[in-house]
Amino acid sequence: MTDMVRFYLGWGRLAILEQLQYRVANYFYMIGMIAEPVIYLVVWRTVAEARGGVVGGFAADELAAYYVVWTLVRNMNIVLTPHAWEDRIRSGELAVDLLRPVHPLHRDLAYFAGWKVVAILMWLPIAAVLTWVFRPALDPTVTQIALFAVALWGGFLIRFFALWTLGLITFWTTRVQALFEMYFTAELLLSGRLVPLSLMPDWVQTVAGLLPFKWAFQFPIETLIGRLGTGEILRGIGMQALWTVIGLGATAVVWRRSLRRFTAVGG
Amino acid sequence: MPAVHVADLTKRYRVPVRESGLRASLASLVRRRYRDVVAVDRISFDVAAGEMVGFLGPNGAGKTTTLKILSGLLHPDGGTAEVLGHTPSQRSREFLGRITLVMGNRNQLAWDLPAMDSFNLHRSIYRLDTAAFQGTRDELIDLLDLGGLVDKPVRNLSLGERMKMELASALLHRPSVLFLDEPTIGLDVTAQRKLREFVADYNRRQGATVLLTSHYMADVVALCRRVIVIHHGRLLYDGGLTGLSERFASHKTITITLATPAESLHRYGTVIAQEPLKATFEVARTETSALASRLLGDFEVLDLTIEDPPIEEVIERVFAHPAEEPEPEPEPV
Repeated sequence: MTDMVRFYLGWGRLAILEQLQYRVANYFYMIGMIAEPVIYLVVWRTVAEARGGVVGGFAADELAAYYVVWTLVRNMNIVLTPHAWEDRIRSGELAVDLLRPVHPLHRDLAYFAGWKVVAILMWLPIAAVLTWVFRPALDPTVTQIALFAVALWGGFLIRFFALWTLGLITFWTTRVQALFEMYFTAELLLSGRLVPLSLMPDWVQTVAGLLPFKWAFQFPIETLIGRLGTGEILRGIGMQALWTVIGLGATAVVWRRSLRRFTAVGG
Repeated sequence: MPAVHVADLTKRYRVPVRESGLRASLASLVRRRYRDVVAVDRISFDVAAGEMVGFLGPNGAGKTTTLKILSGLLHPDGGTAEVLGHTPSQRSREFLGRITLVMGNRNQLAWDLPAMDSFNLHRSIYRLDTAAFQGTRDELIDLLDLGGLVDKPVRNLSLGERMKMELASALLHRPSVLFLDEPTIGLDVTAQRKLREFVADYNRRQGATVLLTSHYMADVVALCRRVIVIHHGRLLYDGGLTGLSERFASHKTITITLATPAESLHRYGTVIAQEPLKATFEVARTETSALASRLLGDFEVLDLTIEDPPIEEVIERVFAHPAEEPEPEPEPV
C-alpha cells in the first residue's frame, strides 16, 4: 500500500514538474478553453434578461456562477484522450509501459491527478477575473465546498475510466474517429456542458440522469452553486461511485482483451 | 538452470493483404484477406546466467520479435520461452522487476525534464529501497560519466548522452537479464565504445545475462564470444564467433611480406591486394596450408599471416546466401 502511495506521489510529482515546464502552453490552452463557457454565458444571460431575468430556473447571476465553476470542472475533467492510444502504440510508449511492473492505468491516473494541481493553481487567477467581470451568485458553505471537492474528483474518475476504456478500441482498429466524435457529442449534450440540463426537455433530463456524463460534469458544478441539498449531493456522490465502479470494471475487462490482442499482434 | 531457455519458439503475424485499385478496395470491404508471416520459426537455444550472446540477423530476421517475446511484450504462437524460470508472457511483477529491454530508438525518460527526475520516479515504479536505489543511481552516474548531465533536460542532451542516460535508467533496478536491441544505433564510434565498455563492466560486476542485437559487428565482437544467427525467423547458427567463420566462410586470406619484389604471384591463386613487397591471397579453406607451404618454399618470406575473413564479410555472406541455411530437422512422428 505504501509502495502504491509512493508510486502515485512519484508520478504526480513528475506531472507537476512537466506541466510547469509547459506553463505558457497550458495557460494559452486554458484561456482558449474559457472562450467556450463565456460564449454560453453571454448567450444565456441575454436569453434570461429577455425573459424577465430567469431562464430554466437560473437567474443571470446564477448562470454566471454555473459557468465560472464550469471552467474549473472542465479543467478537472481533462483526462487521457482516446486519440492518444494510436500514437502510444505506434511510438512504442506502450511497450515501455508494459515493461514496468505496474499497470499502465496507475501511471495515467497518477499523472493526470498530478496535472490537476497545476490546473487548479492556474485556474485561480482566471476565476478571479471571471468573477470580477460576471459577478456570479456564489456563496457556498464549508460543507458544500468539502462535498464539491469530493464530487470534483468523482467526476474526474468517471471520465478517466470512460475515456481510457474507449481508447482501448484502438487495439482492434485505428478507424475509430467517428465513434470518439459520437461519444463527445453525446457528452456535450447530456453532461450539462453546453447548457444546464434544466434548460433541456424533461425526457432529455431523464436520459441524462441514467448516463455517466452528467455525474462527471453538471453534478459537481451544482454541488458548489447551491442548487442541491445535502441529501441530493450525497445521492449524487453515490451515483458517481457507481459509475466509477462500472468504469473500473469495464476498463479491467477491456484491458485484459486489449493486452491479449497487443501481445498477439505486436505494436 | 539457464537464465534464458527457448525451445521451438514460434511467432506468426497475420497481415492483411490488399491489392491496389478501386476494385480491390471495394472487395476488401466485403471480404478481407490475410496471410500468415512467420517471424520466428521454431528456434531453440539456451543462455547461461552471466553469459553475453550476440543475436545477429538482417532486418526482419526475427531478432526484435524474439527479444519482445522474451521480455513479455509478445505472446508466442508456439514453443517455450523461459527467462529466470518465468514465462515472460505472464508478465509477473517479479519477472518484470528482474529484466530490462533497451531499444536504441525508444525513449523512456521524460523529454522535458532532467533525467534525475525520471531516475527518482524509477525508484517508486520498481519499489526500490531508498538507500540501495541511491547507491545504484550514483554508481551508474559515475560509471557512465553522467555527473554533469543528469540535471539538464533530456531534450538538451546529445544522442550519445541520451542513450547513456536511457541505459542508466534501464539498469537502476539492477536487472539480472538485459535485452539490448540496437543499443548503439546512431551513436558515434566513441560513444559506441564507451557504451560497450559499460555493458561489459556491468556484466562482470553484476553477473548479468546479456542478449544483444546490433548491426555494428564491433559491438558483438567486443562483447560476445557466442553468437546466434537467425534469418527469415530460422536459427542458422549458434556457437562461437570463430566457429561462425569456419561454418560459413569458404575461404581464408594469406598475407605475405617478401624480402624482394616478386612477379607473377597470380599463378599461386587469387591475389586480392598487392604492394611491391606485400600480397594478400584469397584461398579456399581446404587449400590454405598447401598454398602457405608453396609460398614459403618459393619465396624469401619475411612474414606470413593466415586469417579468417572479417566477421562483417562472413555475416554478409550468410545473409546473402540463404541457400546455405541448414535443412530443418524432421518433425518427430
